[in-house]
Amino acid sequence: MTMVAFTGAVELGLIFALLALGIFVAYRILGVPDLTVEGSFAAGASVGAMLVVAGHPFLGLVASAAVGAGAGLVTSVLQTKLKVQPILAGILTMTASYSVNLYIMGGRSNIPLLREETVFTAAGRVMNNERLLFSLFVTVLVGAALGLFFHTRLGLALRATGDNDEMVRASSINSAFTKTVGLCIANGIAGLSGGLIAQYQGFADINMGFGMVVVAMASLIIGEAVFGRRSVIWNIASVIVGAVIYRLILAFALSFRFNPANLRAISAIIVAAAISFPAIKRQWELFMLKRRAKRGAKSA
Amino acid sequence: MLEFENVSKVFHPNTQNERVALDNVSLSLKDGDFVTIVGGNGAGKTTIMNAISGIFLADSGRILLDGEDITFLPEYKRARHIGRLFQDPMKGTAPNMTIAENLYLAYRQATGPKIGRFSIGISKPIMNFFREQLAQLDLGLENRLKTKIGLLSGGQRQAVTLLMATICTPKLLMLDEHTAALDPATGEKVLRLTKEIIARDKITTLMITHDIPSSLAMGNRTIMLDGGKIAMDISGEERENMTVEKLYGMF
Repeated sequence: MTMVAFTGAVELGLIFALLALGIFVAYRILGVPDLTVEGSFAAGASVGAMLVVAGHPFLGLVASAAVGAGAGLVTSVLQTKLKVQPILAGILTMTASYSVNLYIMGGRSNIPLLREETVFTAAGRVMNNERLLFSLFVTVLVGAALGLFFHTRLGLALRATGDNDEMVRASSINSAFTKTVGLCIANGIAGLSGGLIAQYQGFADINMGFGMVVVAMASLIIGEAVFGRRSVIWNIASVIVGAVIYRLILAFALSFRFNPANLRAISAIIVAAAISFPAIKRQWELFMLKRRAKRGAKSA
Repeated sequence: MLEFENVSKVFHPNTQNERVALDNVSLSLKDGDFVTIVGGNGAGKTTIMNAISGIFLADSGRILLDGEDITFLPEYKRARHIGRLFQDPMKGTAPNMTIAENLYLAYRQATGPKIGRFSIGISKPIMNFFREQLAQLDLGLENRLKTKIGLLSGGQRQAVTLLMATICTPKLLMLDEHTAALDPATGEKVLRLTKEIIARDKITTLMITHDIPSSLAMGNRTIMLDGGKIAMDISGEERENMTVEKLYGMF
């Protein structure tokens, strides 16, 4: 792998780490693999791109996060007020956001940003390695803010909501409110990730959210496999490193003429395998136990 | 303290499964009352508690807690003044959070949910307060504040839940067979702790139990439910003269 490919992978990993953090909040903290994230990722990219074109790259990042949080709010209203099942609520918002994103992008499916002023060109005027350093800065900032937040009372209440909903209701926490806050944070971070990616790669595309939940979950699971699950801060750090490792593995595979078309399938397999691992392990242990019992009966 | 006035609840109305769970039940608890509730399965014991805690709304009637009409208040708002323990010790605590974090949630929710929503971490004095409280449980948990609750035994979890429910004295404590899932020795210990805390803080309490001897041994009043109605309500001398055998005979 060349040095350029290596740093490129790390940079992409850091930006996609934000998306993985969004999924971490939804899936690991709230317990819902929220598909809204795919919509808010693309929405963040499209809104961000429009503002870049209008000459406001930094405001664009703020707007990316805001539009993502808005998508999260829609899903949480569907979920908590209108009692749509959590997964379906996410699918509905994700599907609707496609039309909204097209509208935001003025009916075009792609917005090029190649000669525009972006946060990276702005950062490049004050530092070297700006693509790496700026991505690192944003991701570490968001990770640290999340880590602190989960130790506030609202953050604790949010964690408890995902951990034991029944306990939460018996302890006077409004779980509809904590779920709403959680979904807004998760999708806000995903929107920020989308906006940053658009500015990084120089375009926003209507389809860029597609399959992103599985990609982000794969990063999350790789991080957990390497570092294990411990405290919240530890887990956040492992998500970020996991996303970088995922991109490095991908870059490494691509350097061996790996067909990128296989990427999604491999991500899905990683996620399915990691989630089903305990069940497969139990089946295997049961199988071995039965076999030993049979042998014991024969020899007796 | 608690006024439960003419409350009725029908489940699955106008279907073949229609069931009258509460039939015009009235119940009034004085400050500091400790009422034990007995009755067969489906008699309406848990339904009374669920109606008071707001898991569902009553079809008719009124519920007042400490003078405040809570008939239409959502569950989480009532929970601020009502401590609850269930039979399943897993229901009362968040397993992936530490003992300190669980206690802190209960403590801060009870003291004032709107204050200091974004303050970070648990202060030293509060930690010491938790340590003192845990020491009173006499389970050696005072040195394990940073342990995840999921690693504790069922009895330990139920004891912590009891502490969470009473860490700020609630107006009403409701116990739904909270020791039934524990082994006899642990159950006995949690029951003793329950008695001590209720006596110390003079908490108005409703306790469902299937254990007839303890229904008479604990508290100052015993209610028997049958078919969604109060079939017996004894206190004072009448209750002192009640024997376990006689009460069994009434089932």
